[in-house]
Amino acid sequence: MALLDVQNLQTHFRTPEGVNRAVDGVSFHVDEGETLAIVGESGCGKSVTSMSLMRLIPEPPGKIAGSIRFQGKNLLQLSEHEMRAIRGNDISMIFQEPMTSLNPVLTVGRQIGETLRMHQGLDKQAALARAVEMLALVGIPEPARRVREYPHQLSGGMRQRVMIAIALACNPKLLIADEPTTALDVTIQAQILQLMLDLKRRVGAAIVLITHDLGVVAEIAERVMVMYAGRKVEEAPVAELFRSPRHPYTQGLLGALPRLGSSLTGAARRLAEIPGQVPSLKQRIEGCVFVGRCPIATDLCREFAPGLEEKTPRHFTACHYASKGAAAA
Amino acid sequence: MTVSTANTARLPADLVVAPQLPDLLPSVKVRRGVLGFLRNHPTVAIGCTLLLCLILVGIFAPYLGTVDPTALAPAKRTRAPSADFWFGTDALGRDIYSRVLYGARVSLTVGLSVALCASLAGLAIGLVSGFVRWADGIVMRFMDGLMSIPPILLAVALMALTRGSVGNVILAITVAEIPRVSRLVRGVVLSLREQPYVDAAVASGTRTPMIILRHILPNTVAPMLVQATYICASAMIVESILSFIGAGTPPTIPSWGNIMAEGRALWQVKPFIVFFPAAFLSVTVLAVNLLGDGLRDALDPRMAKGL
Amino acid sequence: MISYILRRIVATMPVMAVVALFVFSLLYIAPGDPAAVIAGDQASPADVERIRQALGLDRPFLIQFGSWVWRILHGDLGTSIFTNLPVSSLIAQRLEPTLSLMAMTLVLTILIAVPLGVVAAWKAGTWLDRTIMAFAVFGFSIPVFVVGYILAYVFALHLEWLPVQGYTPLAEGFWPWLVNLILPAVALGCVYIALIARITRAAMLEVLQQDYVRTARAKGLGQNSILFIHALKNAAVPIVTVIGIGIALLIGGAVVTESVFAIPGLGRLTIDAILRRDYPVIQGIVLLFSFLYVLVNLMVDVTYTLVDPRIRY
Repeated sequence: MALLDVQNLQTHFRTPEGVNRAVDGVSFHVDEGETLAIVGESGCGKSVTSMSLMRLIPEPPGKIAGSIRFQGKNLLQLSEHEMRAIRGNDISMIFQEPMTSLNPVLTVGRQIGETLRMHQGLDKQAALARAVEMLALVGIPEPARRVREYPHQLSGGMRQRVMIAIALACNPKLLIADEPTTALDVTIQAQILQLMLDLKRRVGAAIVLITHDLGVVAEIAERVMVMYAGRKVEEAPVAELFRSPRHPYTQGLLGALPRLGSSLTGAARRLAEIPGQVPSLKQRIEGCVFVGRCPIATDLCREFAPGLEEKTPRHFTACHYASKGAAAA
Repeated sequence: MTVSTANTARLPADLVVAPQLPDLLPSVKVRRGVLGFLRNHPTVAIGCTLLLCLILVGIFAPYLGTVDPTALAPAKRTRAPSADFWFGTDALGRDIYSRVLYGARVSLTVGLSVALCASLAGLAIGLVSGFVRWADGIVMRFMDGLMSIPPILLAVALMALTRGSVGNVILAITVAEIPRVSRLVRGVVLSLREQPYVDAAVASGTRTPMIILRHILPNTVAPMLVQATYICASAMIVESILSFIGAGTPPTIPSWGNIMAEGRALWQVKPFIVFFPAAFLSVTVLAVNLLGDGLRDALDPRMAKGL
Repeated sequence: MISYILRRIVATMPVMAVVALFVFSLLYIAPGDPAAVIAGDQASPADVERIRQALGLDRPFLIQFGSWVWRILHGDLGTSIFTNLPVSSLIAQRLEPTLSLMAMTLVLTILIAVPLGVVAAWKAGTWLDRTIMAFAVFGFSIPVFVVGYILAYVFALHLEWLPVQGYTPLAEGFWPWLVNLILPAVALGCVYIALIARITRAAMLEVLQQDYVRTARAKGLGQNSILFIHALKNAAVPIVTVIGIGIALLIGGAVVTESVFAIPGLGRLTIDAILRRDYPVIQGIVLLFSFLYVLVNLMVDVTYTLVDPRIRY
């Protein structure tokens, strides 16, 4: 049984301009200890998906439907109280903005210790001692001193390490990392990724990594899921996806990457771009969501939304012309 | 939505179609136009309507079944509300209904005049302070000092030195309100001066009056309008307080504060003397405050969360 | 820390100087002849002249101002024109009731307004939020003496739960002191509660959207811990600021509240002074309250450093 099994996840928001269908029918699973990457442009519903998994979407104005089974339990049917026992304990989360994700008026030690006191019933001293250990574990020098400091006294990289320490304090089974390195310097990015991989191995947690950085995906993910306009358009093991992307959108994304040592010549060596823009999610979309930007779209695509098909083992694509698309690449 | 049979006929047999999912939320109706605006901001509608009614009451006070609000009738003192005297009579036998209706004129005049005068003076001072570097320090220290005097006491001190008249009440309250407006305007000016397009205008040699006219004033209108509304509300309250404690309009003028001050000694036995002007004053101030809240929400969505 | 406080105190000096200058020069800049206004319509020219001398209007402005400031620094606020008693002793006699009323109102307000604002922000957009905010608008709109009369009518005259009027000094027992202050404090507190509740809600709404609140929720913390530890401490700076600014409302309102509830405090002194055109007394009261106001806001500045570690001293 999968650790996490999501079926037909829908997350909609009520806004003054209309209902925003940010996530509309996404299904996926994560196995124990596995790393799944969710990729896509900004605004494609990646972050909303990750927030929905933790039920961190405020309802109202939001509304979540479908099923999110974690270790067999449907999280959407738990009470808020039961859900709190899971957040930060069984499933924890790292956010994109280390500069603003820590509370500026509480000490680092308190922010790490809080989770331990809450979920593991440690007393104040024990929690603080464990916080020092966690800081050491995530590679912060002089942890005994740092534990008494406030976030504004730490650098961005250090803050993200603190966030990781908070996330891993209770040995979660699933870690959701939403663009954990985007806001950091390139050199720090590599360190943080390495740290996440090391700790993942040590703790044995599964990771859902949300990113738009395909380089990061290639480095640490095992399976990749591509999202577009609130839907899942493709899913495959990482090597397979990079070797033979089938959905025109994935092809566009990969084509937009500069490649080293590629044998392509002439015009094709130029960085490709995907023309057009993501459709408004405030109107119901009939047909395929990618139709407006797709080079091979037909009337069929405009009328009927393609379902996910397993065209080769473990490789799912939502495109009527997936095989042709692959041939075209 | 299900795929209709007519369409299915044209489908390739092996076509995989995504399942249709239900809408989770009812669709939102987007409202536009003046009526839409009022429906989205009901407080503006309520505030405007109430305020308009009260202004009309003030203007047409002589035609609304009133008698001379200053006519004494010692034989008819402190009558309870009845068909003859809708709101009763006061300790000197004057008709409270007439006095309250005429009182609307005083309150509204004071409120609107103070809002207008304080806004204009504050605008001028704020602009000078925001544009003339050497004046800024002096002006703002002075405003800090003025702001450290509680407004009502400042008005009291001013009124103690002048003869009680509506004009002096307006002047006294205006002086007390100016510092807040000038701070607001100065804040807007200073933040706008940092804007690239203002920089560009300065760099391209646009003269200061032109910059003020084109870039600064349009951006101060919204916050000033909101501020002016709140000043109007607060001025009406301060006016009534001044009259109530004997430092406001002269007792011969029927203002709501004066009516209440005169009813003060009798309030335990004849509460209606205080009740009617109090109710009118509260409703008027409420109307202006509702208008202010609504305007603030409507004009600046960012400020909507604020005070 | 000490040096921060000292620097703040030094920074308030020019403010107090402007206050003193303004209060003093009102005599000179007021339209018309203040001596004649103060003397009243029936005064003889000799009376006007006597008042002119008592106020020092016959001497050059700067000399007059200098000696006035010098006397104030030595605790001499001048002499009442009407009673010929020193203004400082008149004020000292009336200080206790007013300070009691203000302190009581302050405590009551913070205890009521902050939780109301927090709840309104937490339940933003619901009927509970709307109800609280509707009450806040009413609190803003109903003048303090009207609230006072309504409360006195219902709770004192009708239900007879609390005394209608009057004041009992603290020296005569805590309970009688407290009982007499409840209605005036609630009446005076209304507008202040409205103000603090609104700013608390606004500050909390701002903070609740911050990333660190999302982090706190992702940790599985309970609602109370998020609201009162993670969010409120971050929202504290604007709230404390407005508590300080709101003292001005409290001071103005106290004058009126004392009149409604017949409390023999500074408010009564002010009203008597207005009726008698006793300008030195008014001057003394305005100075004292302004000083109090500046002092409270100095304390507010110091409080910032306690709630926010990013503010350096």
